[in-house]
Amino acid sequence: MPPLTKFIFLVSFCIGSFGFAQETQMVLVSGGSFVPLYGVDSLTVKVNSFYMDVYPVTNSEYLLFLKKFPKWKRSKIKRLFADKNYLSNWESDDAFGSHLLPNAPATNISWFAAKKYCECQGKRLPTVDEWEYAAMADENLADARKDEAYNQYILGWYETSNSYNKEIGSTFKNYWGVYDLHGLVWEWTIDFNSVLISGESRKDVDKDSNLFCGSAAVGASDLMNYAAFMRYAFRGSMKANYSVKNLGFRCVKDIEN
Amino acid sequence: MLKKIFLISSILLLFVSCKNKNTEVVAEVVENDTAISELSIYNLPSVWTTQNDTEIELKDLKGDVLVMVMIYTSCKAACPRLVADMRAIEAQIPEAKKDNVKLVLVSIDPETDTPQRLKTFSIENNMESEQWLFLRGSKEDTREFAAVLAVNYKKISPMDFSHSNIISVFDQKGELAQQQEGLGVNNKETVAKIIELAH
Repeated sequence: MPPLTKFIFLVSFCIGSFGFAQETQMVLVSGGSFVPLYGVDSLTVKVNSFYMDVYPVTNSEYLLFLKKFPKWKRSKIKRLFADKNYLSNWESDDAFGSHLLPNAPATNISWFAAKKYCECQGKRLPTVDEWEYAAMADENLADARKDEAYNQYILGWYETSNSYNKEIGSTFKNYWGVYDLHGLVWEWTIDFNSVLISGESRKDVDKDSNLFCGSAAVGASDLMNYAAFMRYAFRGSMKANYSVKNLGFRCVKDIEN
Repeated sequence: MLKKIFLISSILLLFVSCKNKNTEVVAEVVENDTAISELSIYNLPSVWTTQNDTEIELKDLKGDVLVMVMIYTSCKAACPRLVADMRAIEAQIPEAKKDNVKLVLVSIDPETDTPQRLKTFSIENNMESEQWLFLRGSKEDTREFAAVLAVNYKKISPMDFSHSNIISVFDQKGELAQQQEGLGVNNKETVAKIIELAH
């Protein structure tokens, strides 16, 4: 898309929106190289430095977005952009309700909606590589993937249900200063559809619980790969209009030169 | 799009103020014509460049049956077979219906696949008649379009992508009508769907 068209497009969809939400805290994640744990290939991937939201986007932040952009409300959104589970956990079009915490991650949101939210803030969704890169870190190390306790923690969380309704910041602050990459919700990535390992499994999934089935990974060599396999397989099973109750998102931003 | 909405609303306003029965009917037609259904790919606002270096939006294709596939021209493995599959489908569409069908090849490698390159590819592969349309868009719009088609792809080297092999049929409203997945699969259902839809 030529820059001018793109500009007009952005303006037409996000009129007066940049910075519509309260200033969301971001931190710098310094770039580097890493070998993704369980990708299509095992090539080294280079990640450029970027800013990442410290927390996942919350229910109250998402509500603010809907007030500014009503066409993304539950009753208004086009089915192409979100399935019928979109915000199905909300009480109404204009309220998430008392059963959800204002400060808990916004979930049941489709990829299109998450993408739009970030664009309207002058940000974007992270790539799979960026997300995995930032999420290798524990409290002290940029890459804690070989640490057993770290892997136990992640897998322990994968077995915990309903963690989506916990407040943001209730897990650990990682090496980069980012919270909640593990422990609350799974998160959308811009190129989630670059995962090809589970091309078949997406055909026979129709319930949330099925999306998390990691049985095919039982033979994976160790815990580290197992946890990563779960994430990649999950991404591979998603479609862009799916809205799932433990899938949220956060935004990132490029560093301007 | 905004411009169009603005235009339509001003036309409507004009008609309302005229209070002329005939013009009201016209206004209604205009409105129906622009209404895009919920599941239509014409909701996507992306702008694409064709092999003839012209810019189009997907909704410019409204009214045609679309047979769509995602490929890249430097591909040596699956794409030639996908292209062959597309040609095999095209060959089975009766001449009388061809005007109502567009066969669209969308590049998943917009950096390499310039309009010129797409043009060359179309000539090399005998896909020069009006039914064939090659599109390239921005990286982001390509990713989004793939998401809509449920096509997954990843760049695996500077030259190559791995990607799912899906041929999708869209009806005149831009709603997904049929998909076939795999290479060299039986295209009977795909062809039947196209013939059923086209008129």
